[in-house]
Amino acid sequence: MHWGFNARGAWAIFSTEVERAFRTAFQSIFAPVLTTSLYFVVFGAAIGSRMNSVGGTSYGAFIIPGLLLLTLLGETTSNASFGIHMPRFSGTIYELLSAPVGVAETLLGLVGAAVAKSLILTAIILVTARFFVAYEIAHPVLALGYVLLVCTAFALFGFVIGVWADGWDKLRIVPALILTPLTFLGGTFYSIDMLPDPWRSVALMNPIVYLVNGLRWTFSGHSDVNIWISFGLTLAFLIGCIAVVSWMFRTGWRLRA
Amino acid sequence: MNAILEISGLTKHYPNGPTALDGVDLTIRKGEIFALLGPNGAGKTTLIGAVCGLVRPSGGSIKAFGLDMARDWRRIRARIGLVPQEMATDMFVKVIDAVSFSRGLFGLAPDPAKIEEVLRALSLWEKRDSQIRHLSGGMKRRVLIAKALSHEPELLFLDEPTAGVDVELRRDMWLQIANLRAAGTTIILTTHYIEEAEEMADRVGVIDRGRILLVEEKHALMSQMGSLEADIMLAQPLMAVPPVLARFALTLSDDGRRLTYRGDGSAQESKGEVAALVKALVGEGIEFVGIDQHQSSLEDIFVRLVEKG
Repeated sequence: MHWGFNARGAWAIFSTEVERAFRTAFQSIFAPVLTTSLYFVVFGAAIGSRMNSVGGTSYGAFIIPGLLLLTLLGETTSNASFGIHMPRFSGTIYELLSAPVGVAETLLGLVGAAVAKSLILTAIILVTARFFVAYEIAHPVLALGYVLLVCTAFALFGFVIGVWADGWDKLRIVPALILTPLTFLGGTFYSIDMLPDPWRSVALMNPIVYLVNGLRWTFSGHSDVNIWISFGLTLAFLIGCIAVVSWMFRTGWRLRA
Repeated sequence: MNAILEISGLTKHYPNGPTALDGVDLTIRKGEIFALLGPNGAGKTTLIGAVCGLVRPSGGSIKAFGLDMARDWRRIRARIGLVPQEMATDMFVKVIDAVSFSRGLFGLAPDPAKIEEVLRALSLWEKRDSQIRHLSGGMKRRVLIAKALSHEPELLFLDEPTAGVDVELRRDMWLQIANLRAAGTTIILTTHYIEEAEEMADRVGVIDRGRILLVEEKHALMSQMGSLEADIMLAQPLMAVPPVLARFALTLSDDGRRLTYRGDGSAQESKGEVAALVKALVGEGIEFVGIDQHQSSLEDIFVRLVEKG
């Protein structure tokens, strides 16, 4: 072990977390894929075929980035929060705290595993979507980079929630009561240009609008908002989460007695 | 003395709460079994937590293996093992996976032979492919020990290792702990079972309200502080302790049928006094039908120390 970084320790955490996802594949992989597929069937194949194209993109293809984010934001946040909350709840965190692993190894292991699971989900969802909707990805490398950026930011966010929450109910509050409604209202199923004022101005106050449009731009080259603002906001959120997590480790808040 | 762990002035204050550790100074010698005794809430687990990284000390210093914990925590933690008091492990993983995970977490390369050796030593090899939730309570506790041993620690903390296990298993664990010491591992254990400390420890420390009250070699402690008690069952009841026996520390039971001697000096001195007492009884013609001698245990000493505070 190199004394500045315990790579084997990080790998042990990462591989165990990924293995847990496969052990509970129905809940962590098949269930979200099934839910997203149903959206594709209903809104993409059934209703979408009767809808006008949006910004030159078929409706079925238009909703893919939003639906992808709808699943990714919830799953990434939940996976990462569960990853740290479960050891806190069960007491197994003693092993993590007493091991020669620091903030870097812990985050690479727990947050990295949540990101990896989300990337696997992304691949499965995109392949599944092919069965129902014809779509292209205009900027595949940027799309992958943006998904990675969003997943990393929300995995860190999930980690913060997992440390903050003192019960299982609180763990679900943010994904269920904040992220899902904001994503539904964040232009997943419509372009905010379709909204009349003042609702368009109100919609622009929803940060998820910028995430959805950022990803949509990488798929279709079309966005309702300035994509630099989308990337900037996502990056700022990532940096904010890193700062909070660093503070948690520095002070031991809710981690060490 | 070859110190493996040096704790100096260690304090832990919880905001709006009690002082869990109040200036603890403690040195642990390499290769010994050290038993830390104390009532509930005395600070035993907090002290272990501070050394192992679970608790952030408010003050003081910890040195292990000659390294400073504040600076070299990675190197130190890599050489320390911890068996917690609570049954804390992922119940859905296989035994062998849980133990292999612990080895990786502590930065060591996979070593199936070492894992097998640890599992065999703890009689877990046959259960290696079982999910932990399917094991008995005693087996689960062994898994925690196996996890702590998977990275071959030089210093092992056992926090109440035999709490809640049956007598047979407790004896079995004592044997395994003795084997670990024989293999060169330094062991610090906390326990409620005084007989556990009496059976295994080389040295004993008593902690109460966050302060170390005493650290002593077990045998020296028992010979210094251990007292002898003798109950003499009389053939005929007495009304009072005869004046001729006044030089002995005697009390008479309410029914006058039992004289109880309690020695204050060392166990050896007290045995001599009991012999003199018996001679005096015979000399006075006081008949007795039996003598029951009892040397105070570590438990008695512990209770006395904690009561004194």
